[in-house]
Amino acid sequence: MSRRDYLLRKLLFSLVTVFIVVIVNFVLFRILPGDPVRAVIGRNVKISAEVQQSLREQFGLDKPVFPDQFFNTLGQWARGNLGVSWSLRRPVAEILMSKLGNTLLLIGLGQILSIMLGVALGLFAGWKRKTILDVGALTFSLIAWATPTFWLGIILLAAGSSWLGLPTGGIVSPENVGKPLYTVLPDLARHLFLPTLTLTILYLGEYMLIMRSSILEVLSEDYILTAKAKGMSHWQVLWKHALKNAMLPIVTIVAINLGFTVSGAIYIETVFSYDGLGKLFQTALTKQDYPLLQGAFLLLAVSVIVANMLADILYTYLDPRVKAN
Amino acid sequence: MIGGKSRVLCGIRVRQMQESWLLFKRNLSDFWKTFRRNRMGLIGAFLVSTALLLAIFAPLLTTILPKETVRDANGRALTFASPAVHGPLGTDDAGHDVWSQLAFGARISLTVGFLAGFIAMFVGSLLGILAGYFGGWVDNLIMRITDVLLVIPDLPLMLVLVATIRQLDLKISPLTVLILVIGLLYWTSTARLVRSQVLSIKERQFVARARAIGAGHAHIIRKHILPQIMPLIVANTVLILSTAILIESGLAFLGLGDPTQPSWGTMLNFAFDRNAISNGAWWFYLPPGLAIVWVSLGCVLLGNVLEEMLNPRLTGHHLEGEASVIQASSGEAAHAQHLG
Repeated sequence: MSRRDYLLRKLLFSLVTVFIVVIVNFVLFRILPGDPVRAVIGRNVKISAEVQQSLREQFGLDKPVFPDQFFNTLGQWARGNLGVSWSLRRPVAEILMSKLGNTLLLIGLGQILSIMLGVALGLFAGWKRKTILDVGALTFSLIAWATPTFWLGIILLAAGSSWLGLPTGGIVSPENVGKPLYTVLPDLARHLFLPTLTLTILYLGEYMLIMRSSILEVLSEDYILTAKAKGMSHWQVLWKHALKNAMLPIVTIVAINLGFTVSGAIYIETVFSYDGLGKLFQTALTKQDYPLLQGAFLLLAVSVIVANMLADILYTYLDPRVKAN
Repeated sequence: MIGGKSRVLCGIRVRQMQESWLLFKRNLSDFWKTFRRNRMGLIGAFLVSTALLLAIFAPLLTTILPKETVRDANGRALTFASPAVHGPLGTDDAGHDVWSQLAFGARISLTVGFLAGFIAMFVGSLLGILAGYFGGWVDNLIMRITDVLLVIPDLPLMLVLVATIRQLDLKISPLTVLILVIGLLYWTSTARLVRSQVLSIKERQFVARARAIGAGHAHIIRKHILPQIMPLIVANTVLILSTAILIESGLAFLGLGDPTQPSWGTMLNFAFDRNAISNGAWWFYLPPGLAIVWVSLGCVLLGNVLEEMLNPRLTGHHLEGEASVIQASSGEAAHAQHLG
């Protein structure tokens, strides 16, 4: 299979998956009980019959569910019109966009830190196999796996706020709300510390395990023996020959992990009252704000699908062996 | 004559049963001999069984029901009482006994986790067998479904599903919804594992022989394939249980549990919402979380050890015992040679 075929197949798969998500989203939204107009504008809003009728026409609710309503909704979503939030009374797309940056900041920091630490620790654990470092790394990742994200967050929140005096929630202190984030960096850092730490601890274990098994495999290759025979030190062998190849699986794992990262963001943002998409999701859930819930789900699902596809494409450039197959 | 024949048949059947019972007992004792040498497995079995005992004997281990309010001498509710003031684990914001909630919560958490895990195991094994055995478009369809499920973020999907189903007034209890949603979304890893095993087993000689003498698909699957993959399914189920219990706790923490039947996750939801943290009531938010870690860690340890012992791909069969040992350690040996 040539690379073009491979990429086309990945693209097709992603499109089909997005389509499935869209169908699920549409069906779920439609099977909710009650008048669909109410589903768009909220249950308790008083509106006149004319306005109701015009909304009915705008969303095509006077037409059959399939194909008219389905494609109409699809068209609206494609144009970024995700309806109006019941609880916040603002367009869903606008709300989502205002929270996206905060979540990307948290997830990005957590991922970068956990990848860097995980790769480094996994490398040492594999290199110094069966030492106390290795056993410790394995035990840590096992316990990290078995620990619920939100509970780890709760513990760190309790410990950090009472012993270190760190803030218990929000993204900046009340007096700094509304200012551009780069002007209040120290305050931002204090607020980001605990959520980022939780996210890092959570994903560290997995990256460590993957890196460990990957480096073990690479270290048993013949070219490592050759490199050693040339008189290179262990450090040089690790740095120049082993690391690059052993890092490859990490790319795939980062992509697969994105789904879990989104889950992590929902829990962590809820625990730390961090003003991002995850907290928004949880709020929409407790307030039964369905347009917001559906919109957030659509955004999260499509981003993860697209990111997965990009990672697949990136992989074909990083690993020449994929081309050969 | 007829009676004699049936007596003979009975005799044969009894002897067969005795033999298979003896075989089972020998297998079990062999299994136990290997198992008890594995410290991780023993720890896992200990963690899981203590949690099960707590759930089963909850009424005997507690002196007060979870819903009853603990009162002081003046009849006022004892709220946020520390363990030093009341009972082994103090009280929550409403004056309810935390230890009692924990013990009865074990029933809910374990029931939801186990049922969801078993559904996932059943669906996964069934689809895995179908995909591996029949191949072709069946295989293709099932594998593409697992690909799709793998790439859609699972927590948002579950939250949207559960929230919508709750609205539908279907007369299903909230816990049943949780069990079904978790069970019907977490079968993919089992399906992949079972499929890969079935793919290799169906090429073996005994299956070809059975097919040659005219055995049907159902017979081959039941008599030849299922017994081979059953141990693997058991090990995988124990691993799935830990996932199911963790997921249940998460959904319950986000408010999707049943408040009238609080699980450990629901307890944490209450503790968080009712400011146990700012009140310093560590006895309210630490024990439920520790209990979740206790069980899920137990399942992972137990599952890993069972998989190691039962997975043919990891251990190999008797004839290739030596070879597999050499293979398994060859990476290590080579590594030792190079950088040891």
